[in-house]
Amino acid sequence: MKVVLENLTKVFPNRTKGGEDVVAVNDFSFEIPDGKLVGLLGPSGCGKSTTLYMICGLQKPSGGKIFFGEDDVTDLPPEHRGVGLVFQNYALYPHMTVKQNILYPLQNLKGEDKLSKEEMLKRTVEVAKLVQIDNLLDRKPSELSGGQQQRVAIARALVKMPRVLLLDEPLSNLDARLRLQTREEIRRIQQETGITTIFVTHDQEEAMSISDMIVVMKLGVVQQIGKPQNVYDDPANLFVAKFLGTPPINVFEGEVRGGMLFIGEDPVMAVRNVPDQKVSVGIRPEGFILDERGPLHCHINGVEVMGRDVSIVATNEASLNPVVRSIISAENKVDTSSGTVRYSIKPHKLFLFHHETEERIPFEV
Amino acid sequence: MVESKKQWKAWLYLAPALVLLAIFTVWPIFNTVRMAFLENYSGLKAAGGETFAFGIGNFKKVLEYKKFVNCLKTTALLCVATVPISTLLALLISVALNSIKPLQRLLQTIFFLPYVTNSIAIGMVFAAMFNIVGSFHGTQNEIIATAGIVNNVIEFFGGTAVNWINSGSSYAANITVMIIYIVWNALPFKILILLGGLQSINKQYYDAAKVDGSTRSRILWRITVPLLSPMLAYVIITGFIGGFKEYTSIVGIFGATMGPPDDGGRLNTMVGFIYDALSTNSQGRASAAALILFGIILVVTLINLAVSKKNTHY
Repeated sequence: MKVVLENLTKVFPNRTKGGEDVVAVNDFSFEIPDGKLVGLLGPSGCGKSTTLYMICGLQKPSGGKIFFGEDDVTDLPPEHRGVGLVFQNYALYPHMTVKQNILYPLQNLKGEDKLSKEEMLKRTVEVAKLVQIDNLLDRKPSELSGGQQQRVAIARALVKMPRVLLLDEPLSNLDARLRLQTREEIRRIQQETGITTIFVTHDQEEAMSISDMIVVMKLGVVQQIGKPQNVYDDPANLFVAKFLGTPPINVFEGEVRGGMLFIGEDPVMAVRNVPDQKVSVGIRPEGFILDERGPLHCHINGVEVMGRDVSIVATNEASLNPVVRSIISAENKVDTSSGTVRYSIKPHKLFLFHHETEERIPFEV
Repeated sequence: MVESKKQWKAWLYLAPALVLLAIFTVWPIFNTVRMAFLENYSGLKAAGGETFAFGIGNFKKVLEYKKFVNCLKTTALLCVATVPISTLLALLISVALNSIKPLQRLLQTIFFLPYVTNSIAIGMVFAAMFNIVGSFHGTQNEIIATAGIVNNVIEFFGGTAVNWINSGSSYAANITVMIIYIVWNALPFKILILLGGLQSINKQYYDAAKVDGSTRSRILWRITVPLLSPMLAYVIITGFIGGFKEYTSIVGIFGATMGPPDDGGRLNTMVGFIYDALSTNSQGRASAAALILFGIILVVTLINLAVSKKNTHY
């Protein structure tokens, strides 16, 4: 089932007199293809959860339309939309066992959809097997670990066979190890069921790792939509570039003069077809190459060894971040004796942004 | 942990409270038990130097007393009738209160008002409402038009007036008035507790239930009530305990006669019986009755706890 959002807008009126209304989601249009896993990504307050709740039906949009396939569901209550929602803290009913929790949505079905008791049980067991909790059916939620509760919540959302599955910050309540495991699990379940799935996260790594597509949002406005790798490699603006990637992108003040990009006084790289102007320069940590004769010089603060990689922490006067962090292969020997390090830059890991609008400036190498 | 050397300081700080507790709570409890087991104990005679034999005669006497059995019946009847009604009403009112936004504070205050009002005063207002005011003609059971506010309302809707609490009124009518009054009087406390419980329920359960397609009544019975069950158990248990100690409400409506003028004592309760025994200087019998009442409350509470343990969650 594809999901289409048309000029979706949500305005929260300000309660204090004379205050401005808050535009949580501003004119969001997007078509989510059938059977895909889409991540809504952004910092807190960017409107991603509001978008999710509008798709779910728990919040009414101030403007715009929502379609599931060809059906306009904008004015339908949640129970008639055929959505399954997994809450951030799961919202499992604490007084019911796992089995009762999963059965509950089925018991609510009325009229033609009503199922026999055997059918309900069968579906409960099926979905429990799918999320691998069929051995926990008689426990109470309080007797489960966070990861298990998460699975129960997903089972409860799936048991009605929703047209669209919605997940609100599905991994935020799990510890780091479980998070890795669970995100694979979500991917697996999504692919096995083929249900169009939308999930919300503020963790770019989480979104990048499992999504077919990501939507990056900021203050209610969509910044960029695309495949995770494409968005990472080709950010539309400085915000997107900064938001994606760990460690985050290094940003410098720079200037283009006569087709050459300068960071401080270092002529870093030739950039053709860019008029002379001040620019913000983003360089991914993996975009640095240790090079004794490289154009960019930084002062070394320290070297962090992380096994496979080495991270060099350095400073540069033109850097807009407190430190310049580069990641290079651990096979390189880093000579810290001189106190400075020189880099050359991989051209496709360097992005230019307008220094005021922060929009991307394309250039040719 | 406090070091043992410093423990005397802790005891020092506790002393005022402990002394008061010892004098006004612990000693009276012991004394009650002592008096209950002294045959025909009377404070007056004890002051005169008389000694009493040890025995269970007081209990025997109390249980043989027809009045006592009557008191027990009335008390139990009032308990069994009022606790479920008031709990259910309080549940519905608090759920309704919780779901409305405008004027919630004001309504909350209005519903809480009876709690801070003297129950004797409320009883007198109720008595006035059910009383037959104005001229009272004819034979005892015959009621003429000007028969109290409640009767006027009943007659307005085409019913026939009832002799609620005056001479010649029936036991059923008396009990009905008492049930209405006790339920009304018990509501504010229960609403307060249940509303507090409702407001502490995570709103997300309701969102989840909505997405799961629950109807309102299903949400109430499958989600709200179970999540509220600890509070419900609390108000039911305290309701029963309070119900067995019913006394002032009857005094409020019927006065110290504990019944309609022509049949005083008809609505007497356990506590009333204890007071009566005290007023005739039969402290032994009063103590025995108090212990019996204590035993009944204990048993009922234990049953309540056992039932609620099975049905409350968490």
